[in-house]
Amino acid sequence: MIDLAWSSAGAIASAVTRGEVSAAQVVERSLGRIAQRNTALNAFTAVTVERARARAATQPTGPLAGVPFAVKNLFDIAGLSTLAGSKINREHAPASADATLITRLEAAGAILVGALNMGEYAYDFTGENIHDGPSRNPHDTACMTGGSSGGSGGAVAGGLVPIALGSDTNGSIRVPASFCGIFGLKPTYGRLSRAGSFPFVSSLDHLGPFARNTTDLALAYDAMTGPDPRDPVCTGRVDAPVGPTLATGINGLRIACADGYFRAGASQEALTALDSMAKALDATLRIELPEAARARAAAYVITASEGAALHLQRLRTRPHDFDPDVRDRLIAGAMIPSAWVVHAQKFRRWYRDAVLRLFQQVDAIIAPATPCVAPPIGQKTFMLNGREVLLRPNIGIYTQPISFIGLPVVAVPVPQRESMPIGVQIIAAPWREDVALRIAYDLEARGIVRAPRPPE
Amino acid sequence: MSDTDEVDAWLDANAALLGIDVAPEWRDSVRLHLRFTRDRARSVLDFPLPDEADPAPVFRA
Repeated sequence: MIDLAWSSAGAIASAVTRGEVSAAQVVERSLGRIAQRNTALNAFTAVTVERARARAATQPTGPLAGVPFAVKNLFDIAGLSTLAGSKINREHAPASADATLITRLEAAGAILVGALNMGEYAYDFTGENIHDGPSRNPHDTACMTGGSSGGSGGAVAGGLVPIALGSDTNGSIRVPASFCGIFGLKPTYGRLSRAGSFPFVSSLDHLGPFARNTTDLALAYDAMTGPDPRDPVCTGRVDAPVGPTLATGINGLRIACADGYFRAGASQEALTALDSMAKALDATLRIELPEAARARAAAYVITASEGAALHLQRLRTRPHDFDPDVRDRLIAGAMIPSAWVVHAQKFRRWYRDAVLRLFQQVDAIIAPATPCVAPPIGQKTFMLNGREVLLRPNIGIYTQPISFIGLPVVAVPVPQRESMPIGVQIIAAPWREDVALRIAYDLEARGIVRAPRPPE
Repeated sequence: MSDTDEVDAWLDANAALLGIDVAPEWRDSVRLHLRFTRDRARSVLDFPLPDEADPAPVFRA
């Protein structure tokens, strides 16, 4: 029988479909793994045992038949309050319906097993949470998972589920994918419905999957695409599924390596990972994203302002119930002059046009996902460009300029010989998730990238 | 006006206007974030854009 804890979603679905294992057996194994490992990893904030067993009993069919999955606790799960990592939302009435993406994964045969830990209100890159305790990295439980989708990273990297969902406003899928050594997909802005998820920054919020291989990312992604009138930002366009083209190779693709801003400040591990991938892809062209530092600054201003507007009433009435690190940033965000925010949104348009011109010359750009490997939990500062800087606002320096204009990215894990894993971003033009996934698949098939199995 | 005075004036005026009660022990941290945000905003504001530039609050890729 296959090793259900470490099998791919694709292998599990095949085994279930062929009748070699039942969905109920798969679910029990996942629930067993959660019971065994969650004390150490603190990835789950709720385990939906009864729901998962009831669902397995229906013998679901489809491309994800019997595949257990879990979601960041900002996704609505019918019957549970949607925490979004906060204390305040615990008092909210239970959600009356599931988020759209949960419904779509279940329609493909997958089985929801629970909700996952996250940084409060998604304003976080560490995976720490003052109310629920920190998510812990399966490769070293003293280290951060990265955030804000920390539990999503830990649950997949730790072999508790093969697929998890997270959100990414400025890097919250790509950062934990990098720190935990797994694959993450942040699709094009507007590609996947956000209906039934607790927002953070409407201008920048994306949802997407985590997995331990490219094929599983593609399986989950294909199951979740499609228009949704419940999300005004969700696109009406329908593109071909990415699964059938995944293994078609990378011949003819023009791949460049991001230079300048995206190398400055990167640790030796980040540069080694990037350069090994560039070599494997024969990506000799170095390309500079114009005004990337300003793009990151503009993303920061928009995030602080929109995030603060979302939480203004709670900041007025219940400031003591926030994580102090989140509260103080939100309070400052509420005080930003509106002209700054509008200017940042205007700059966004300029920067989008400038970067899209680059995609006339190239099909994909590779760049580091994080400047460093996972730091120890509790660390407040780190060295960047030879200066000691605050960790929390700076982990996302390489992810923010990309999500700022909604480009699709696959974060792929590059195992390191003597340190924690680290990720590299494969960035494609808008709506070309297929290109980024093809490159990831090719690198994985050649052993250049892979999700290392952590010690237990 | 010193930088600290300027940031304090910014903080106090907005706290009153927004109805947010900033406790004394939070002030250092809020000041830190105000300065961090202001410095980032300045770098964006320094970038010249035409009057016709269209903001992108709901971005279409």
